[in-house]
This record gives sequence, structure tokens and C-alpha cells, in this order.
Amino acid sequence: MAGDSDMGCEEALKRLLELIDGELSDGDQNAVERHLRTCRSCFSRMEFERRLKDRLSALATDEVPATLRGRIHDLIKGF
Amino acid sequence: MVPPPRLELFRRVARLGDGHVSTSKDLFEARVLALLAPLHGVARRLTKNDADAEDLVAESISRAWRARDSLADGAAFRPWMFRILNNTFISECRKASARPREELLVEEREDEQRFSIFERLHRPVLLWFATPEQEFLDSLLRDDLDRALAALPEHYRLVVVLADVEGLTYGEIAATLDVPVGTVRSRLARARSALQRALWSVAQEHGLRRPNASGA
Repeated sequence: MAGDSDMGCEEALKRLLELIDGELSDGDQNAVERHLRTCRSCFSRMEFERRLKDRLSALATDEVPATLRGRIHDLIKGF
Repeated sequence: MVPPPRLELFRRVARLGDGHVSTSKDLFEARVLALLAPLHGVARRLTKNDADAEDLVAESISRAWRARDSLADGAAFRPWMFRILNNTFISECRKASARPREELLVEEREDEQRFSIFERLHRPVLLWFATPEQEFLDSLLRDDLDRALAALPEHYRLVVVLADVEGLTYGEIAATLDVPVGTVRSRLARARSALQRALWSVAQEHGLRRPNASGA
């Protein structure tokens, strides 16, 4: 798909979320990143989507209620 | 991208015992404890209730122990465990739960054009200053994100939580949901569109106004 020709906005935008998710092939990733180096609009869009994903990622917590931790410990002990 | 500390911990635990998964209780417990926070997080998002979430996690772990011989590769413990969690929710908790619909419930519209907050707010002329779409993100409270997620239909909420909150790969999500990766890709795109629609509703409740043509 990427080849030697530059990727346009429409194609780059289709792949933007997969780029942010780290799920693009190397070829597609390079092509999209090349496009983002020269297109301010698509770059701004990528920044927005990436920041939104970062905000969602920050919702994850390492805290587990003490009651649950104790319950699971007892549960497994009884297996 | 540097993996988050919790994922690194899980990967270290998952590497304990190569080849076929040992049925040892200690190994099982180590894997479960390394995954307990995200399991509880996903359970909480599915059930929207602390007590039900704890029950769901406990029941899922019981089922996982009973089915432990079905896991051939210890490295796949995470999606395997999430799959059991989701299946347990579907078979046990969903029918027991009769929650009233959230005010912001976003309807599932498969054929609808994607909703984009960026497209509604972005103005190229403002590129060198604080942009409306970045200010939008800055003004979002954690509670706003929680409410928007809670407003999504269950299968949209689950895929966004797995991908964006808990950081599972498309392959892991596909294994969790027992669907092809292509289905994960398309469902995630629709789910994120629905999430942005829900966030937009939240913003309008806060009095967010779209900038006029002059950017004011």
C-alpha cells in the first residue's frame, strides 16, 4: 500500500487510530508518519486522538479493594 | 512505547513456567494477583456496581481454576482470563442486573457516519495558540470520562475499556471476545465514535459552545 508515493489525508486518517494503537504494519506506519510530518491538520488530529487515549488510559487503576484481595486469597486457598 | 508497569509485572509473571501451564496453585495465584487490578477495573465497568464487580471477579477466578487445563500457553493468560470474565458476566451478572438506563445512553447506530469531536471543534487558523479541541480535553474531568463510558452500550464499552483503558492489543481483544481481529478493528472504531458522541453530550451539559466562524 505505502510504496513510494506519498499517502494522502484520507488514507492517513483511516489509519490514524491504528497508528496510535501500535497496530499498523511497518510499511503503513512509515507512510502515515511521513504524511504527519508534512500535514498540520492530520498531525493535529493525531495529537487529539492520542491525548484522548492517554486520558482513558489514566482511568486504569492499580488499586484493588482490600476486601476483594482478601476474598480472592481465601478463594484460591480453598481450591 | 514503554509498556505500563502493571503490564510489565504481568508479563514477568506470565513467563513463569514455560510450555504447558502448570496446574500449581501458586503459579495460578501469582498470575491472578498480577491481573487482579485490571480484572476488577473491567468488572467494575461492566457491572457499574462495586459489589457485583467483586462477585464477578471471584466467580470468574473460580471458573478459570476449574478450566485451567484448557489454557495451553501461559503467555495467553491475560486474554484467556478476560474472556472468562466476559463470559461469566454474560451468563451470570447481566441477567441478575436490572440497572436503569443511564441518562446519556448512546444508541448503537452501525451505519452512521463517525462522530468526531476534533472535526466539530478544530479551526486551522488557531493552530499556533491553544486550540478548542485541546482545551476540550483539558476541561474534561475524570468523572466526565467515567460517565461517557458508562453511557455506552455494553459491547462498545467493553472494547473501549479493553483497548484504551487496559491497553490490550487487537489480538488479545480478539481472543477475549472470540472474534476476528477485523471485527475488533471495526467495533473499536464505532465504539470510539460513540464515546466521543457521549463526551460531546457531557460537554454540552457543561455549557461548551462551538466557536463561531471568527474563532471567538
